[in-house]
Amino acid sequence: MAVSKHYPNRLGILGWLIRGRWGIERYMYTLHRVTGLGLLAYFLLHILVTSQRAFGRPAWETTMAAVSHPIFRIGEFLVFVAFAIHAANGIRLVAIELGWAVGKPEEPVYPYRTSLHVQRPLLVAVMIIAAIVVLIGGFDFLALSRAGHVAH
Amino acid sequence: MRETKLWTWHIATAAIILVLLTLHMIIMHLDDVLGAFNPSGGEAIAWANVLARSQMVFFVIIYTLLLAVALYHGLYGLRTILFELGLRRPLQKLVNVVFWIGGIGLFVLGTCATIVTRIPAIVPWLWATF
Repeated sequence: MAVSKHYPNRLGILGWLIRGRWGIERYMYTLHRVTGLGLLAYFLLHILVTSQRAFGRPAWETTMAAVSHPIFRIGEFLVFVAFAIHAANGIRLVAIELGWAVGKPEEPVYPYRTSLHVQRPLLVAVMIIAAIVVLIGGFDFLALSRAGHVAH
Repeated sequence: MRETKLWTWHIATAAIILVLLTLHMIIMHLDDVLGAFNPSGGEAIAWANVLARSQMVFFVIIYTLLLAVALYHGLYGLRTILFELGLRRPLQKLVNVVFWIGGIGLFVLGTCATIVTRIPAIVPWLWATF
């Protein structure tokens, strides 16, 4: 069995952003981690906040009133944006991990084609999906639909 | 081999989260656009809607499942980031223990809240007993 040699991670967190002429996929790696950490922080708080419903209606309504300030609404929208990016990029990562999005092996005939020719269009496609989801979410979060009801 | 299994679970939970969290987002955050599973109308977080959903077995099951898989996925992701920073073996073990205890604790809290909300009469009884 092959034993991998251990190399120390000298760059640490800074390695997410600096050093190297990287492609957009590398920055998606950073964005995936940042959105993941944001979603985890929100999720842990979300469990604590929504558990208040166990104490009945008054406790629930008091808690919901405490988080009804517009700043929380904006924060929730940012969480929704993080969800859309993390989910769409996650689909891409799983597709690559399982070998579905790396292309078929072929003879190295000039002009050469690499797996990037498959991966880059996939990246663009999933980000378009994320953008559409964010637009639909924005319509709801920014209460544009309710503004429409009021106008009518 | 153990790490491979943990990683495989990370991917499997991602697939489950994609389905369940999308459903959750549709119900809770696209209520103005779609208005699904809010029998009393109005805001998805209105007490009447929260209570109505908690009475449906379907929601009890999917919320409990979503809680479990999301906790695993999120904490495993954070564990990966921390381990990549080059933690020494004793610190890695500490992270594992803290994440297991914290994860199970949050799962128990969330699951209890789901079950207790399903049986509102249990709250006064719990207060009186404890």
